Parts: sequence; C-alpha cells; structure tokens
Amino acid sequence: MSDEVTAEILTTHILDLAKSGKRLDGRGLDDYREVTVEHGFVTSADGSALATIGTTKVLCGVKLELGKPFPDTPNAGVLTTNAELIPLSSPMFEPGPPHPRAIEVSRVVDRAIRAAETIDLTKLCVTPGEKTWVCYVDMHVLDHSGNLIDAACLAALGALTHAILPNKAFEVGPEDVPLAVNHFPVECTFVRLGDAIVVDPLVDEEKAAQGRLTVATDEIGNIVAMQKGLIGAFSPSDVKEIVERAFQHGDRNRAIARGV
Amino acid sequence: MGSVGAKDVPVLLTPDGLRIDGRRLNELRPLKITAGALHEADGSAFVEWGANKVMAAVYGPREVHPRHLQENNKAIVQCRYNMAAFSVDERKRPGLDRRSQEISKVIAEAFESAIFAEEYPRTSVDVYIEVLQANAGTRCAGVVAASVALADAGIPMVDLLPSVAVGKVAGKIALDLKKEEDNFGEADMPMALVPQSGRLVLLQMEGHLTRPELAEALDLGVAGCRQIYQVMKQALRDRYASDGPDPSGVSP
Amino acid sequence: MGSGHRSGHRGRGRGAESSHPSGERILVLPGEEIPAEGLRPGSGTYRVNGRIYASVLGLLSLRPPLVRIIPLSGRYIPKPQDTVVGTVTDVQGTFWLLDIAAPRWAPLHMTGTPWKIDFGETEQYLRVGDAVVVSVESIENTGRIGVTMLGDGLGKLEGGTIVEISPARVPRVIGRNGSMIQTITKLTDCQVAVGQNGRIWIDGPDEGIIRVRECLRMIDEEGHRSGLTERIQKYLESTQTPGSTHDYRSRIVGDLPHEAGPTNPIDLPTPPPLDLEDPAARAPAEESDNDLPPDY
Repeated sequence: MSDEVTAEILTTHILDLAKSGKRLDGRGLDDYREVTVEHGFVTSADGSALATIGTTKVLCGVKLELGKPFPDTPNAGVLTTNAELIPLSSPMFEPGPPHPRAIEVSRVVDRAIRAAETIDLTKLCVTPGEKTWVCYVDMHVLDHSGNLIDAACLAALGALTHAILPNKAFEVGPEDVPLAVNHFPVECTFVRLGDAIVVDPLVDEEKAAQGRLTVATDEIGNIVAMQKGLIGAFSPSDVKEIVERAFQHGDRNRAIARGV
Repeated sequence: MGSVGAKDVPVLLTPDGLRIDGRRLNELRPLKITAGALHEADGSAFVEWGANKVMAAVYGPREVHPRHLQENNKAIVQCRYNMAAFSVDERKRPGLDRRSQEISKVIAEAFESAIFAEEYPRTSVDVYIEVLQANAGTRCAGVVAASVALADAGIPMVDLLPSVAVGKVAGKIALDLKKEEDNFGEADMPMALVPQSGRLVLLQMEGHLTRPELAEALDLGVAGCRQIYQVMKQALRDRYASDGPDPSGVSP
Repeated sequence: MGSGHRSGHRGRGRGAESSHPSGERILVLPGEEIPAEGLRPGSGTYRVNGRIYASVLGLLSLRPPLVRIIPLSGRYIPKPQDTVVGTVTDVQGTFWLLDIAAPRWAPLHMTGTPWKIDFGETEQYLRVGDAVVVSVESIENTGRIGVTMLGDGLGKLEGGTIVEISPARVPRVIGRNGSMIQTITKLTDCQVAVGQNGRIWIDGPDEGIIRVRECLRMIDEEGHRSGLTERIQKYLESTQTPGSTHDYRSRIVGDLPHEAGPTNPIDLPTPPPLDLEDPAARAPAEESDNDLPPDY
C-alpha cells in the first residue's frame, strides 16, 4: 500500500491549530513525546537498544566482526549503518527495494555518528592493512508514528554505548571489552507548519509540513550534522532558533540514550 | 548446560534424559506472547520463545498491490518472513535470501488454508514476520506470532495456528529444538496445527526419521501445539480483557 | 487509514457488551466452539459437522435463531445503509475512488451525486484529498462497495477535521438514542458527522474540536471501564470556557443548514447528519449490528 491520501481538511486543521500554538495530540509546539531507550534488547547483537518516541519504535543492533580495511584507509576500522523501513511498521511501506526514506534515514544517522567521531575508527584497526573491526549499525523500524530519524539515532546511540567488542570470539584478545564511544550525537527533527516550527512531528504533521529540518548535536556543544527535507524553506534565523531548541531536546534525549 | 564432548559437539542428552538446557524431551522452552504490541499495524504480536524474539504484524484486508495479483473471488495472503541483520551470530545482509523466501511462501500457504478468504474478494491480507533474535524454530515462532496478530486484526479464521518444531537429538525424539540441537541433531520437523480439525497446515522435515520415529514425532508435535495454543489464547484474552493495559504504549 | 488523525484505535472496542441472556460479557476466540442448540451460525461464526465455532475474536451475541460474534477489532466492514466518512483517493472520467477505511476502496459514480457532471469533469467537483460523507448502497460478491452521495445530509465536507477511532466503538460514540453524541456536541459547540466506519468529522471552534477529540479518545481507549458517561460529562463541564463569545450556535446537526457546513457547486439541503436514529431499529434483513452497552 503506497502512501495513503490524507484528507485535505485534516492538513488545513493541523495548520490552523499550529497558528494558535496547538497540535493534534495536544502537545505544544516545542513539546517532545516521551522517550525511552531499552538497552540490550537483543542478545544476538553485540550491542542493541530499542528506542521509543511516543509509539514510534526503532530497534538497533550493533554487530562487530573482523574484516579487511578499505585500501585507502588501511589504519581505520569500518563503520556501516543501515536503516530498514520494514512494511511491518506502517501501512505506508511496501515490501521490495528500499524506500527512498530508508536511504535518507540511514545516511542522516550515519552522517551524525561519523561527524561526531562517535567511535575512533583507528582504534578499531587490528592489523593495519589486513585486519580490522567492522562495526555494523543496523536500525530496524518497528512502528512508525512519526519522527523516524530521531528515534533511529537514539537507538543507534543506545546500542553503541552498550556494545561489547567480542575479542574472545574472534581471537583478537583475552577479554571482551566495551566498545569505546567518545561522543554522543543526537538528532532532533522539526517541521514547519505555516509560520510555526514544531519539534518531533507525528506522521500527519510530516504530511502537512512545509519543510523539515533535522539538527544533530553532540555533548560538547557542537552541531555535527544537519539535513533539510521536504518541500519548504527556513530562514537563517529560523535555523538558529531550531539549533537552540535542538540542543535542549538533544541534551535531554542524550542522557536517556546513554542510560545515565 | 551440557558440557562439550569430543570434536566440540555439545552433549545433547545426558544419561538422565536432560537436554542441553536441562529440559526433558517433551518440554517446551519458555514462551511469552504479547498481543497488540505495535501501534500502527491492524494486528500484531510479539513472541519471546526461548531465546527467540519475533515480531509479527498484519495489515488488511486491504487493496492488493500490485493489482494484477488480486483474485476475483477471495483475498490473497501475502507473507514476508525476514531476519534482522543482527538476529543471528554472523551478521546477515539485509534483504530476503532464498531461505526467507521459501519460508515466506510456506507460511503464507499455511494461513491461506485457515483464513476465510472468500469473505474479502480482491483484497490482500498482508502478514509480516520479523525475526529480531534467532535461536532455532524461528519459522514456528513466526507462525505463532502471525496467528495471534491475525486474530488481533479481526481476520476471520478457522482457528489459531499453534506451531512447533520436533526433532531428534542423540537418537531421541525431542520437542522444540533450540539452536545447538538444531545444528547437531539428526532431524528437524516444523509443523503447524489447526486445533479445531486436528490437521496440519504446515509440515516440513529434514534429516533421518524411521517410520515409528515419525509417528512419535507427529504425536509429540501435536501435543506441543496444543500447549502452545493455550498460551496464544491467553495472550489474546489478556489483551482484550476489560481492564488490560495497552501494550503498544499509547502516548499520554 | 491515513486520512484522519487516529485518536487511538487501540481501544479496539474492548468493553462493548454482548447480548448474552446472562448479561455477561463473553469473549470468544477464533476456533472456539459455541454451544448453540438449535441456533444458526451468523456473522463471525462458521459451522462444521453441525457444530458452530467462532471465526473472529469478539463478543458472543445470542439473538435466536442466530448466534454471532461482535468483532472487537479489525477494519470497518461496510454494510448497506451505513453512513461513512471517506477521502477521495483517485479521480477517473466518470467516478472517484474513496477510501472509507474498508478493505477496499469504494467507487462513487458521478450519477450518484446531486451534481450534473459531464464525462471528464469529475475533477471539478471532487479532487484527491477531499473529504465526503456518503452512504453505502450495496456490497457485491465481487467485493465492490457501491456508495452514493444522493440523500439527506450527504455531500462534500468543508472545514473541520477528521478523527479516526475503532469502528467497534461507534455505537458508544452515538449512545442510546444519540444521548452521548448530543452531550458532546452541546457542551463543545461543535457539529459532527459520525461515520459507521469509525471516521468522525468535527467542526467548530478550535477549543471545541480539541475537547471533542479528547472525548472520542476516552471512548476509544477507556470505554471498557465503567462510568464512562460520567467521566465524559465531568471532563466537558470542567473544560467549558465560561462566557465564550463566539457566534457558534450549539445545536444538534440535522436541524437547519449551517453557514460553515458543507458547500458544493449546488447547495446541499442539509449538513451532514448525526447518526441519531435508534441503532437497534435499523437492522437490515437478518441481523442488527449494534449491541449497545446497558450501562446508560
């Protein structure tokens, strides 16, 4: 079932509500739904976390295996991220080749993790030029009620911060040690509804939106990634306002994802 | 836990008749089912069975995509069984491999045998099974989860479909194999039962069984299915009880 | 199902009462046998070798000579004479396709509207994304759902918004003799059109719409707990803004045409109706589908 048609009166209603600072589910423009992160959800992974934002649910599993480094970076480990928007999670997704949204979610989360230097890839190298750890970050969307990017990134961060390097199983060392995570990026997504800019959009708000901006921040005050999506525009002062809000929400969600 | 014997093959059965995880030959692994675990799907269920974690969702009956697959006089059942990349020991490339495609077909046919499809011509009942953590018997866990999800979605059926795999370990017929038993055992036979009629709508087998062993395995499997059936029914009763909480996590 | 904000179909009709002689609420699962001496199998059941079994999850309903199951979950299953709220998903030369939250889209032919439309002009009257109130005319054995816009209170919806709840909950939204929906609209200054398909159109002041939506959410999710009527009354009274000055008259829709009601190239005679008729009286040939909870 491809993207379903939204009633235009609903879209108009969402925009009208936003004018008076209200939203469909009663939240304010800057209210984020409840966030939970459950670590260690699947033991078959080396690190895992189930992140929920309201009823949106994304499960991330991190697996670490030995492989060859890329020829142009013989001293670095390999990090690969992938998000699956599986049809189980929404009537909007069909089985088959990756939905364009899946590719965008994968790349946006990947960009935040890489830019923030979440993991020091040189520390993953075992034998330069020959053997290195490959870190697979696989995100599986289970329930799509809006705001997949933020949920996927929280799940990834939750999984990475609780991942164990399987030294023994791969005969790299005598003990399994925690994967070293140095920085903690968190994404925060906003959409424009008329003149209002709301955080943590629902599915219907995403459909009514006139522009979407995701900002990734780290724990030391850096903006590490940004992505503008959908059809619409943001002024530079919009962007600055959004960034401030992204830090506030990001810092709160960061603590939840890390479990601290 | 069993100790490792020669050639790194674990001891699958002690002289006392205890299996590698301490179970008897006719015992099921712990099974927990949560009906209605997802918010968006029309019906859903989460199954935790031994070390298996399987999520199932049902959408439908709904329009068929692509249209040319629709049947004039009944609904079709489309099933997608998939294993998450992180669900197994060695990370699995995302995407349906041949094993998943075969299992998808076998499961779709099992449900088509049980659903009253004539009530919804030209529609599709879409069944999605995701294995999040695997430890043998995932297709059976998938059938159990999908069956509860179908009931949760209000799809009319002859019955719920309990499902279990029976095998042979150390020469003895054993119920509900776990991973090591599946890897090192001598036979594996997944099955799914329609309790109302006592008939099987899913049956596969691989390995070596004599005819008496087969008869014993079928009996054991059917008995196991009847036990699982009760757990499935209870999960639905819990979900639809007057005061049950909402497992999908409604936002306040 | 994406055309209306779902106030939570999680409620799934839990707590609707069955009409079992003992008054007991009997939950039945697919495959369970129903003791049914001298009874015939109705919807939600099937018969094998003279014995009757449930085919869907739901509540047992005994209305001799029929035994049937009232589903507690599942998509809306259309029945003739149902009034439903739908969204236009496709436009063709002589008809539109409507999403009415049923297993299939429903074609609305241009002759089933009050407008005089030439071939190819359909898009001038209804476009993709427009919301409408229509009536189900027929269900063919090909599965085709015939709908019409000819009739009182049917037409295009302008303004307002749509909320989606579990179809199993619709009888509770209406209430006995319309009592529940009248209470809600009166205390919120809103007008509504309640679709049997669980889609409910609401129009009125912003605050009113929010409060109606909250009432619908309470019915959808908490309807199984006792004292629902009191809770809704209390909620509405406690959230009433004193001395609201807007011009919106509170009344039962169906009386008189309203300025902000649905508009069309040709004016409709009346706005969309509430489903006020006694649900028990509109039973088609064999069975009525509306078993109301007794606690009103």
